[in-house]
Amino acid sequence: MSRATPPGMFASALIVAQKDLAIEFRTRSAFLSAMVLSLLSLVIFYFAWDPTAVAAVDVAPGILWVTFTYSGLLGLHRSFGVEAAERAMDALLVAPISREAIFLGKAMANLVFVIGVQLVALPAVSLFYNLPFSSIIGPLALVMVLAAIGLTCVGTLFAGITSNTRMAELLLPVLALPFFVPIVLPAAQVTAKLLAGRPLDESLGWIRILLAFDLVFVYACTLAFPFTLED
Amino acid sequence: MLAAVLLMATALTRAIWFTPAERLQGLAQKIFYVHLPSAWVAFLAFGLTAIAGGVWLFIKDARLDRFAESSAEVGVIFTTGVLVSGPLWGRPIWGAWWVWDARLTLTLFLWFLYLGYLVLRSAVDDPEARARYSAVVGILGALLIPFIHLSVYLFRTQHPTPIVANTAGIQMPAVMIKTLFLSLGAFTVLYLALVRQRMALAAERDALHDLSTAER
Repeated sequence: MSRATPPGMFASALIVAQKDLAIEFRTRSAFLSAMVLSLLSLVIFYFAWDPTAVAAVDVAPGILWVTFTYSGLLGLHRSFGVEAAERAMDALLVAPISREAIFLGKAMANLVFVIGVQLVALPAVSLFYNLPFSSIIGPLALVMVLAAIGLTCVGTLFAGITSNTRMAELLLPVLALPFFVPIVLPAAQVTAKLLAGRPLDESLGWIRILLAFDLVFVYACTLAFPFTLED
Repeated sequence: MLAAVLLMATALTRAIWFTPAERLQGLAQKIFYVHLPSAWVAFLAFGLTAIAGGVWLFIKDARLDRFAESSAEVGVIFTTGVLVSGPLWGRPIWGAWWVWDARLTLTLFLWFLYLGYLVLRSAVDDPEARARYSAVVGILGALLIPFIHLSVYLFRTQHPTPIVANTAGIQMPAVMIKTLFLSLGAFTVLYLALVRQRMALAAERDALHDLSTAER
């Protein structure tokens, strides 16, 4: 009888995130495919690149962010896919937690997923394109986390919407990619500046856009999520 | 609809035959009387789509959703008009059909955004769920536009400085301003007429949907 009161918003969000991560950790299906996809795309980009004409520092930001974006999308789609089987979503909805908490929990699990993919892809870019990221790792990590928050937040909301439609796999990128422009564009620009040896101060305008995007969309998506569910 | 067609004909006739050509740009400048009104209607249409979606979430009136759907579709048509008329002017003036200028990029992403909105609508069968999803996407889309605007402006810009929405007032000869405003009015009336037609179509489709689900 000691558990009569339901946990608060963030505590319940953490429980949902834990649940999603536990499923992912035990099956590892989405993470493995996202990892392989990101490595594959890095390799394929290499063949589309003429190292004698364009320097590696000039192509790396683009390759890095295209890879992050597309392999992130792979995990987002699975986030609500697991709930569709056996109508597990209904069980989640009747649980004594708010719908905002469900959203935040799912988004947190996806954030861990995307950062995990980034942690694999970044050393791979460094290795394949022979680039020293170690000297800029601090500022770059900041940009990667800021971008990952925006990507997962918008992506989680849209994954929730598209999971109830026909052709969900196709619809998610079509809907989400325009929303990723104000994330990927600044992130790639800052990465390029950092790789060119410029200090972070020069990119403050871009960092501000990323930060503002995160603030506005974490709030807006959390508020919007309950409206996407059936009453 | 008839009024819209007549107004469009008047506005275009005036733009083509009765408005002097610009000295430096020549005849290419005349596309402006189509380009700017199309852009105006596109922004109006998408703004109203977002507002209609937002209000729908609270009062759940099917007519609002049909309006959002119609307005978005007409908006995409006019955005296509902007994206086609822009390069037609850009080729003789800039020397290139397309450049990655901030305004062009923004318009292109607007187009993608609302195409996605329409694809989403077509992928949901249940009218209530369709209205809910598209309202949420419509509102988030309106939130997104300032962000795309900001980031593509920081990126680069090449578009002529706005000569209408300018702090120093409209920088044009009076005869051109008259043509422009006639054109703006004509395009707005055309927008309203098209949305009305499209809403009637949506209403009949929904009525048919209700009939066929009632039979089962």
